[in-house]
Amino acid sequence: MKTISAAENTAKQRLIKTSGKNDRGELRGKIIISIAAFIIILATISITVFLAVKGLQAFVADGVNPITFLTSTNWNPTDDGSSQLGAFPFIFGSLAVTLLSALIAAPIGIGGAIFMTEIAPSWGRKVLQPVIELLVGIPSVVYGFIGLSVLVPFIRDHFPGIGYSLIAGVIVLSVMILPTITSISTDAMASLPDHLRDGSYALGATRWQTIRKVLMPAVMPSLWTAIILGMARAFGEALAVQMVIGNVRDLPSSIFDTTATLTSIITLNMGHTTYGSPENNALWSMGLILLLISFIFIMIVRFLSARRRV
Amino acid sequence: MTTAALKQETVFDINEMNLWYDQFHALKDITFPIHKKEVTAIIGPSGCGKSTFIKSLNLMASRIPGVKMTGDITFNHQNIIINKPNLVDLRKKVGMIFQKGNPFPQSIFENVAYGPKIHGIRNKKRLQEMVEDSLKKTALWDEVKDRLNVNAFDLSGGQQQRLCIARAIATNPDVILFDEPTSALDPVSANKIEELILNLKQNYTIVIVTHNMQQAARISDKTAFFLHGRMIEHGDTNQLFSNPKNKETEEYITGRFG
Repeated sequence: MKTISAAENTAKQRLIKTSGKNDRGELRGKIIISIAAFIIILATISITVFLAVKGLQAFVADGVNPITFLTSTNWNPTDDGSSQLGAFPFIFGSLAVTLLSALIAAPIGIGGAIFMTEIAPSWGRKVLQPVIELLVGIPSVVYGFIGLSVLVPFIRDHFPGIGYSLIAGVIVLSVMILPTITSISTDAMASLPDHLRDGSYALGATRWQTIRKVLMPAVMPSLWTAIILGMARAFGEALAVQMVIGNVRDLPSSIFDTTATLTSIITLNMGHTTYGSPENNALWSMGLILLLISFIFIMIVRFLSARRRV
Repeated sequence: MTTAALKQETVFDINEMNLWYDQFHALKDITFPIHKKEVTAIIGPSGCGKSTFIKSLNLMASRIPGVKMTGDITFNHQNIIINKPNLVDLRKKVGMIFQKGNPFPQSIFENVAYGPKIHGIRNKKRLQEMVEDSLKKTALWDEVKDRLNVNAFDLSGGQQQRLCIARAIATNPDVILFDEPTSALDPVSANKIEELILNLKQNYTIVIVTHNMQQAARISDKTAFFLHGRMIEHGDTNQLFSNPKNKETEEYITGRFG
């Protein structure tokens, strides 16, 4: 009689104790996680709202025509109210370095991914993976410094122009976004199920046919995602580009010509413009454009992920 | 009965064939023939080497790192282990169906046309004929003829498996290897595949690995029983199931192990 009640008792206590502990832990976990999520959402929304308000100042308060801002090549900020604020050269510069660096980095990155997963999966990945991780770890100022000390003199000596150029920015950015494109592409290729390869090889396909006609089409949305994320990184990079691109306010006439990007102009000028002045507001407008274009990149990535079938 | 009395034509002659995965001796001294236009079933418990064996017949096994093969598998008068045949030609002649239907994430048409295309057929009309012909042979044509451009992943599991059979047929093989083709399917779809295999027997030599002994008994002409990497017994299916010569075979088919 006594033993039974003791057993019941401990069982009861244990049950109540653990369930109470679980409940409290559950609640605490929920609160912590909710706060974390809330902070992320709040930060995103407040940055977006702040940037939108500041970015629209130039058009609302200073009377800058948005069309002029987007299309004019005249950037001539003055303090007396007769400023000409046309940001087209910078928008063009940003898009040009982004697209051209993607054009260089995408084939190399995807080629590297195919090499690592299909050609030499055993040792290729062992060698290339650390190399790629190393490339990610190098700070952008170092990339810029190398570009400035190696690339710019090289271009000056062998090509027309003064060395500081669109192409210098493009090359530096290509190297910087290469790891992004390579690692995402590699993960995508490696996650393709083996039965796709088996199916193709069993029909007598060669390795190249399998890669080109089965694996590549299957993984294409993910490869585009890799490229777009690389482009987003290139688009947002300021420091390294600013060090090699020349930062002049004109449209480049060739890839060996100097130019500027939205980011390089913002970093160069934010320090010496007065807060609230038309020029300062115009810099915020450029920040808003950067944000909007980043949103577009993200929308494209989301659209592509939804289309993935394997 | 008259055909059985004649000496049967063989497609594969397997003689003293061995296979290692690195140090692991997976197939030991396998010796038996595979006869033309018959269904040969390979049965045996998990890990007995039957899947490895069927993958050796089209040398898909050699894709696995660390695999080493010795001995003799004669196909079309040449030893495919020693002579390193052109894999494109070999696999064109020896098609393979896997455990789970593995269509490519492309349209139904593109899936079936894949084989002919990689083997050099470009003519649109010719491709269309081949796709239609292959789909008819797998009894899939009526189900999909109005939606050939639909992605193959939209088909049911059984249809996907039949699409893979159509895809293999489209390269005009002599032999079709089935590696447990119905193990991932519901009974109705599995039944359709079995019916299909019986039909295909008229034109193709078929080798099927199966876990399901009733399936082997239903559709095969010859059966080979594998155990621990050895081929224990090979013979007429009826004879092997009703009157096995070997004690281990008897124990396996009566369900005492495996």
